[in-house]
Amino acid sequence: MDIQSCVNIQTEWDIVAARQLGRNVAKELGFGVVDQARITTAISELARNIFIYAHKGRVCIEKMNDKGHAGLRIIAVDSGPGINDIRLAMEDGYSTSGGLGAGLPGVKRLMDEFQIVSSQGKGTEITAVKWIR
Amino acid sequence: MPFREAMEAKYRDILAKYIEEQKESTLYLAQKFSRKSIENQVTPEEIISLHKMILQEMYPEMPTYVTHSFDLLLEIMLGYGFAYREHQSLRHQQKELRSEIEIAANVQHTLLDTKIPVVDGLDIGAISVPARLMNGDYYNFVQDENQCISIAIADVIGKGIPAALCMSMIKYAMDSLPGYRNEPSVLLENLNHVVEQNVDPSMFVTMFYGIYNHEHHLFSYASAGHEPGFFYDGKKKGFTEITARGLMLGIDKKTKYTQYEKKIEPGDMIILLSDGVTECRTSEGFVEKDTLLTYIDKYLHLSAQEIVNRIYKDLEQLQNFQLRDDFTLIILKRSV
Repeated sequence: MDIQSCVNIQTEWDIVAARQLGRNVAKELGFGVVDQARITTAISELARNIFIYAHKGRVCIEKMNDKGHAGLRIIAVDSGPGINDIRLAMEDGYSTSGGLGAGLPGVKRLMDEFQIVSSQGKGTEITAVKWIR
Repeated sequence: MPFREAMEAKYRDILAKYIEEQKESTLYLAQKFSRKSIENQVTPEEIISLHKMILQEMYPEMPTYVTHSFDLLLEIMLGYGFAYREHQSLRHQQKELRSEIEIAANVQHTLLDTKIPVVDGLDIGAISVPARLMNGDYYNFVQDENQCISIAIADVIGKGIPAALCMSMIKYAMDSLPGYRNEPSVLLENLNHVVEQNVDPSMFVTMFYGIYNHEHHLFSYASAGHEPGFFYDGKKKGFTEITARGLMLGIDKKTKYTQYEKKIEPGDMIILLSDGVTECRTSEGFVEKDTLLTYIDKYLHLSAQEIVNRIYKDLEQLQNFQLRDDFTLIILKRSV
């Protein structure tokens, strides 16, 4: 049962809308306050990446249910320049985070599952899942 | 995780105690709690959430603005938690890297290992200490069946891993040129070709190579831009700098080296070093050559190995135990 809702990311305000959407769904699913905040932060990071690097894309939130186990999936898609070296982008300390722990490795740590597909010139698709503990 | 299970009750206990009476002993308990929670990878946002939850339990009538303020604090601290997790992961990586380098240093040690020759009438001491984990200095002794001892001392400009990698190559290049062992100038010319062809143009190697003829007590040597060493005259009780001209290895493949000779009398010494010795830096600037020579003079009565060990200890202390460059010192002493 996948119910998906999306927010198009074009302006900085759209990041807020994506956060709000994610938080609402997380709350609905019964995530605790800390996990709600983590999911929102992950969404915020992914949406910011789209806003800054790809300029245009969307963030979708999906409710998931795996044999009675509830979860939330974030899908961030853009048609930007793509990531040249994914291994490098997934390395701590790389990217613009500058010790803030942000960036893709930070998102990966906040979530339970993380997938990235990117091709140069075509864009990037990142999927991340968090399950209720 | 046992700590995580007990965490809530423990925090409730400390908080209740402190609200009741603001004692230093409770704050100390809190400090111990935070240490334990860091050990167990509890993040800042989890602590905030725990604090809020327990406070709500203890004071159900707590004003809503306090509850809301904790939600804001949680969001802020999440950023810190974010940075904290990256820090943890980087620390882990650093540990892995360090142990990898330690293994490499051991490998290097085995590769470059050389035995100090034991011969009658000649006392030899040598020490080489890297500034970091891996050594960019190198020394080597070879004793042949004709009573000749060859001594090589080399320094790659730069330190750490790149220098160490380069040094391993020099060692094997030298091993593959046994025919030139007796001719310092020819040996350096051949090594120069190897370095010029195989080493990154930004890397330079200095080397002093000498061969000591134990039968005639004649020391033949040549230098490729290496830090000059010293001869000690046992009769005059004075030092003179070893002058040997020659370009560093790896600059120009046509470089020729001049070979020099010196007769070594009983009581004389040959002192060879790397620039890590003369470039010892203290708060007052570089260690002067005179200072170094005073140290050698002070320990003259000791065995060659004792002298180099003591000088290293002294200079290490002068620099507050922070070596800025790899340090190599060799002393050959002809017995009286």
